[in-house]
Amino acid sequence: MTHELVLQITVLVLAAFVGFEVISKVPTTLHTPLMSGTNAIHGIVIVGAILVVGSTNSLLVEVLGTIAIIFGAINVAGGFLVTDRMLNMFKQRPTSRDDDG
Amino acid sequence: MDRRNAFDLAYLACSAGIIFGLKQLASPRTAVRGNQIAAAAMAIIIAVTLWDSGSHNLVWIIAGMVIGGAIGAYSARAVKMTAMPQMVALFNGVGGGAAALIAFSEYHTATSAGLTLPNNQVVSTLFSAIVGCISFAGSMIAFGKLQELVTGSPVTLPGQKIVNAVLFLVILALAVSQFVSTQREGVLAIAMVLALILGVIMVMAIGGADMPVVISLLNSFTGLSAAATGFVLHNNALIIAGTLVGASGTLLTQMMGRAMNRSITNVVFGAFGTGSGDAGAAAGGAGGQVRATSPDDVAVMLAYARRVVIVPGYGLAVAQAQHNVRELADQLERRGVDVRYAIHPVAGRMPGHMNVLLAEADVPYTQLYEMDDINDEFGRTDVSLVIGANDVVNPAAKNTPGSPIYGMPVLNVDQAKQVVVMKRSMATGFAGIDNPLFVEPQTVMYFGDAKDSVLKLVAGVKTL
Repeated sequence: MTHELVLQITVLVLAAFVGFEVISKVPTTLHTPLMSGTNAIHGIVIVGAILVVGSTNSLLVEVLGTIAIIFGAINVAGGFLVTDRMLNMFKQRPTSRDDDG
Repeated sequence: MDRRNAFDLAYLACSAGIIFGLKQLASPRTAVRGNQIAAAAMAIIIAVTLWDSGSHNLVWIIAGMVIGGAIGAYSARAVKMTAMPQMVALFNGVGGGAAALIAFSEYHTATSAGLTLPNNQVVSTLFSAIVGCISFAGSMIAFGKLQELVTGSPVTLPGQKIVNAVLFLVILALAVSQFVSTQREGVLAIAMVLALILGVIMVMAIGGADMPVVISLLNSFTGLSAAATGFVLHNNALIIAGTLVGASGTLLTQMMGRAMNRSITNVVFGAFGTGSGDAGAAAGGAGGQVRATSPDDVAVMLAYARRVVIVPGYGLAVAQAQHNVRELADQLERRGVDVRYAIHPVAGRMPGHMNVLLAEADVPYTQLYEMDDINDEFGRTDVSLVIGANDVVNPAAKNTPGSPIYGMPVLNVDQAKQVVVMKRSMATGFAGIDNPLFVEPQTVMYFGDAKDSVLKLVAGVKTL
């Protein structure tokens, strides 16, 4: 077991605790936007795909990696945009409504 | 500071940005900004990566980003809110697919160069490739089921459990072989194909009603495969972001499982949920008399109530009646009625789905009450108006120990002075069991399509 692996596992475990802590604070009302938001966040695989394609000379890897880039970009662009669209639906009205209620 | 450290610090800053963005999702007021912060952090991560990777193969990279970005942006604009579960399933799938492709590419690069990867690299590569494939295939089937391209009822093979177990063991054996003998990408490719098959079989066997659990579970798988890719590529941003998604998916899976009183193993291996709401025998056999009512009676009952709690179910979403329900609520509020919405955690087809559908219809989120917040209020409620919901209001879950849903948390609609149940017919819900609520003395049934029925109520209340 290399020292780097130990550090990676450290990051993983701490991120898991932070993740559970932060996510458990999200109200049920926002669970659908949370899921589409996490779709965007796992789009971070695009980073891996870019690094792979950027360092290869094999056509196979170029093709597979570019498909992975397309997939990752769908996640990032689609995920954040659709989450924004949904969250904006939650933003409206309560202030104007509270006045007459 | 050398170049590597600078990039890693940039990744760290952006990971913090993503966590901060997620934290802002704790309230609908700050959520929009949180999402923007996370998006900005992601944009910076991608820009830093592009810089890091240099100009080699830049055409491939940019082409991929433009194509994927365009597809993503278009679908984000075009998707209907009722179709969000499908979209999330699809997004889970492509994320898992991307992770698997990256892992395979790394393996190919190493083995074709004649390198032997260290064991820890092999573990993460195999994990990412196999879990990514299961997630990809499973998500595509989940998408097909939600989109009704594939039947919503569970489809099982003869000896399904044995087939699953054998597939799993073969995949495991292929994986182990990569440690004890020469590393071959062909073996990984076979393992990945088997993982795809396993993903298909597993999700085919799960009924449409269990989709909220399945989507959450696949979300978690995709996150974990992304995190494993981070191990492969020595990239902490991937590990952190992937783990966050894994944690989110796991938490939501647990919540959905609890809300449906099902364990995850039961959902994945049980083949219990049926896809159609019309399956099973008709209710009413519980010994009581079902009383049907007319729209005018219900309109009067609602208009002269002090408090009405609306319980929306998936039937309402299917009928696209959420806008009409809001219109009805507006009419009632104009008459001074206190209108609230009681949202069961599994109302809809994914976690929080009903909230989004109602928000789209301009229902203020301050009127949406979670189950635990409103369950004590039903005793002080004049009318519970149940629209297209069934199992989530079934009192058998509270007081009939033999019932299959006994123990499932339900809304206490039966404690209101009067209960109006709007349904298309007397068919049972997803769980296929009788609902004693329908024959209770305070309950009246109002049959019909949700949209039509609500429109009649709106008209009825207007004339009063």
